[in-house]
Amino acid sequence: MLLYFAPNFIDSLLLKLFSQETINFVIWPFIQIGAVVTGVAVWALYATYAERKISAFMQARLGPMRVGKWGLLQPLADALKLLTKEDVTPDKADPYIFKFAPYIAVASAFVVFAVIPFAPSWGVITDVNIGLLLVLSISSVGVLALILAGWSSNSKYSLMGGLRSSAQMVSYEVAMGLSLIGALMFARTLSLSGIVNAQAVDGPLPYLFYQPLGFITFLIAGIAENNRAPFDLPEAESELVAGFHTEYSGMRWSLFFMAEYAAMVVVSAVATAVYLGGWYLPGVYRLTENYHQVALLSGNLDGAPLYHGLFVIIGIVVFMIKMAVILYVYFWLRWTFPRYRYDQLMDLGWKWLIPATLTNIIWTATAIFAVQALNGWHGMKTIESISQGLNLTSSGKAVMIGFGFTGLLVTAGVLSTINWRSRDFNLKGQRRDIRLVKNVPQGEPAVLPPGPTPAASEG
Amino acid sequence: MHQVEIATTRETLLDSPEMVLNMGPQHPSTHGVLRVILRLDGETVIDLDCDIGFLHRGMEKIAENRQYSMIAPYWDRLDYIAAVSNGLVWVETVEQMMGLDVPPRAHYLRTILTELNRIASHLLWLATHGLDIGSFTVLLWALREREEILKIFERQFGARLTCHAWRIGGMPNDAYDGFQKDVQQFVDNFPHRIDEYETLLSENRIWLGRTVGIGVISAEDAIAIGLSGPALRGSGVAWDIRKSRPYAAYADMDFDIPVGENGDTYDRYLVRLEELRQSRRIIQQALDKLPDGPVNAKVPKNIKPPAGDYYHSIEGPKGEIGCYLVSDGTTSPARVHVRPPCFVNLQALRQMCVGHLIADVVAIIGTLDIVLGEIDR
Repeated sequence: MLLYFAPNFIDSLLLKLFSQETINFVIWPFIQIGAVVTGVAVWALYATYAERKISAFMQARLGPMRVGKWGLLQPLADALKLLTKEDVTPDKADPYIFKFAPYIAVASAFVVFAVIPFAPSWGVITDVNIGLLLVLSISSVGVLALILAGWSSNSKYSLMGGLRSSAQMVSYEVAMGLSLIGALMFARTLSLSGIVNAQAVDGPLPYLFYQPLGFITFLIAGIAENNRAPFDLPEAESELVAGFHTEYSGMRWSLFFMAEYAAMVVVSAVATAVYLGGWYLPGVYRLTENYHQVALLSGNLDGAPLYHGLFVIIGIVVFMIKMAVILYVYFWLRWTFPRYRYDQLMDLGWKWLIPATLTNIIWTATAIFAVQALNGWHGMKTIESISQGLNLTSSGKAVMIGFGFTGLLVTAGVLSTINWRSRDFNLKGQRRDIRLVKNVPQGEPAVLPPGPTPAASEG
Repeated sequence: MHQVEIATTRETLLDSPEMVLNMGPQHPSTHGVLRVILRLDGETVIDLDCDIGFLHRGMEKIAENRQYSMIAPYWDRLDYIAAVSNGLVWVETVEQMMGLDVPPRAHYLRTILTELNRIASHLLWLATHGLDIGSFTVLLWALREREEILKIFERQFGARLTCHAWRIGGMPNDAYDGFQKDVQQFVDNFPHRIDEYETLLSENRIWLGRTVGIGVISAEDAIAIGLSGPALRGSGVAWDIRKSRPYAAYADMDFDIPVGENGDTYDRYLVRLEELRQSRRIIQQALDKLPDGPVNAKVPKNIKPPAGDYYHSIEGPKGEIGCYLVSDGTTSPARVHVRPPCFVNLQALRQMCVGHLIADVVAIIGTLDIVLGEIDR
C-alpha cells in the first residue's frame, strides 16, 4: 500500500500545478528518466566493484577491502579521484573532437535505457513498438565515439585502437542483430515489453530454451560489441597500452569507462528481456491471477490495483537479478580466457557467428513451420491459437525445445563445413605433448684448469 | 643487426605507406626497458629492430675494480629474477679457477635452491606471458606459488629477490632450521598447481590460437643464432648444460629434458611447464639425498685466482649463462664478461616476428623470456 501511496501523493501535488496530461506525458517521464539514469549509473558503478570483488575471489585474493566495509565505498572513492585529476589534452590533438567523443559514448549507452522494460506498467519509460531496433541502432552510435577518440588523439596507438575497435564492433553488430531474429519470430513484435509479455503468455519457459543458439550467439556478439575480454583487443593493455583511450585521463576516461559498463548493462538487459524472460517469474504471476488474466492480456491496468505497485517492484527486482547473472558471466569470461588476436576475432565474427545466426534463423523458421504442421498429427495439439505469441501447448513446447537443441547440432555441422580448412578449426588436434628425452649422454663435469695451486691458505 | 631507417617510408602493396611504430622503452609488455622499432604494413610486421642499452649499468667495468667476493652481488642484479643462478655462475667460476674443494652438502643445497629459483623464474615467465596474451588469472595464481619460494629465500638468505646467495667456497650459512620442512611442503603442493595452470591454458582454444605456429624458429637457425635454454629445447634440440657439463650436484640427479617439436611459442610454453615438473623432481631427490657436513671450503683470505682465463657456464632458467673471467693474479679480475642468455636469445626476435601481427610480437617477446638486466648488464 505504501508503494502506491507515494506516487499518488506526488500526483496530487503536481495536479495543483499542471494538467493531468502534462503530468502523464511530461513530468512522470522525467521522473522515470531521472530514476533510470541514476539507477543505471549506480549499477555501472557497482558493477565495477562487483567485477573487482569477483575477479579477486577467482584469483585467490580479496579485492577492495579498505574503503568502507568490504570496500563498498570504493567506486565512490574512484569517482572522486577521477573528478579531481588534471585535465590533460594532448598538444596536437584535435581539441573539440577530443573533448566531445566521450560524451557520445556515454549518451549512446544511456539513451538505450529508455526502452528497456524493467517492469510491467510503469517500469519502462517508453514502450516504443520498435524497441529492439532502437536498442541496436543507438548502440551502434557508440562506435562513432571510439573512432573519433582514436583519431583525434593524434597518436599511433590510439589510432590503431580506434581502427581495430570500429571494425570489430561493426562486424559483431551484424551478428548481434541476426541472433535476435530467432526470438523475434516467436514474439512477433519488436517492442521489448511485448517480447517479455510474449514470454509470459507462452508459459513458464523463457525463450532461452527454445533458442539456446540465439542466446549464446547474442551473448558472444554482445561481449564483442562491448570490447570486453576475450575480445578486448582495442583496449589491450599489453599491446596498445590502452588503445583508443590511451590519451584520456581523469573524468573523460571515466566517461569511457562508464560507457563501457553501461553498455554491458544494456546487453545484459536486452539478453534478459529477450531470452531470460525479463521481469517475468512464474510463481509471482500465480500470486496475481486476476492481474494476469485481466490486465496483461488486455493491456488494461485497472485490474488489480492492490497488487499493482508490489508486482511492479518485484518485477524490477527479478529483472535486476537476471541481469546480475549475465553480468557475472561477463566477469567470469574476462578473468578466465586469454585474448583473441585481431584477425582471429574478425574470423570468429564473420565466419563463425554470422553463419551460426543465419542457420539459427532458418532452423527456427523450420521449427515454427513444423509446429504448425504437426498440429493435429496423431491427435497432438501443439498450438492453442496464434493470436499473440505462439501459444504452444506442452507438446508444442516439447517440439520447440527439441528443435532448439538440435539446432545446436545442425549449426555445429554447418560451421564445420564452412570452416574445416581453417587453422582455427582443428586447434584441438594441434594440442600436443612435448617429448621427454630421457637418456641424454651425460658429459664430464667442468674440469679444473691445470695451473699453479693457490697460495697457502691463511684461514 | 642492420639499422632500420626511421626517417623514410616505403610504399607497400596497397599503396598505403608503412607505419613505423615504436614499442618504446615504456610499455606494459616489453618486460623491462626494451625498445622495439617495428615497421608495419597495416598490422603485419615487415621489419623489426631492437634498441637496447637502457638498463646498462657498466657492471663488467665495475667488476674490474672490485675484489672477487665483492663482485657477487652485482651478478644478482643481472637477471634479477634468477639471482641465485647468476650467483652460482660466478662463485663456481672462481672456485674452479682456484681449484677449491666445495663440500658436497654445499653442492646439494646449491642444487635445491637453484632449482627453486628456476621454478620461481618460470612461474614469473608464465605469469607475464599469460598476462600479455590476456589471461590475467594465471598471473595471480603463478605469483601465489612464487610467493612461497620467495619466503623460503627470505628465511635462508635474508632477501627475496637479489639474494647474494653464495660465497666463494660454499654458502654463508647452513640451511635454516625449518628448511627441509618448508621445501618439502612446497614440493608436495606444487604438482597440483601446475595442473591448474595446464587446465586453464593448455587446451584452451584461444591460447592455442595465440601460440601455435607463432614465432617459429627451426633447430638449425636456433643453433646458428646461439639460442639456449627453453628457446632451444622448444625447437627440438636436446641440449641442457645440466646434463652435458654437470655442475653442482646435477651429476647425481635423475631428470629428463623436455624437448619440443616445431619451435613455436606453444612448444616453448609446454617445455617450460614440463621443466617445472622436472625441477620439482630434482628438488625432491636432492632433499632425500642431502648429506651432512660443512657447507664451506677452506678459502684463502685474499682470493687470488691464478693468472689466466677461464669460462664456465650453467643452465640458468633463461638459457646458458656464462662467465668468462680473465685473471691477472691480483685480487681484482682483469676482465669479467657475462655471457647473457637473453641477449643472444633476443637476436632471434627479428626472425621470429617478421610476418606476424603486432599482437604476436608481444607474445614472442614473452616467450623468449627476456630480462633486460641481463641484456644490458
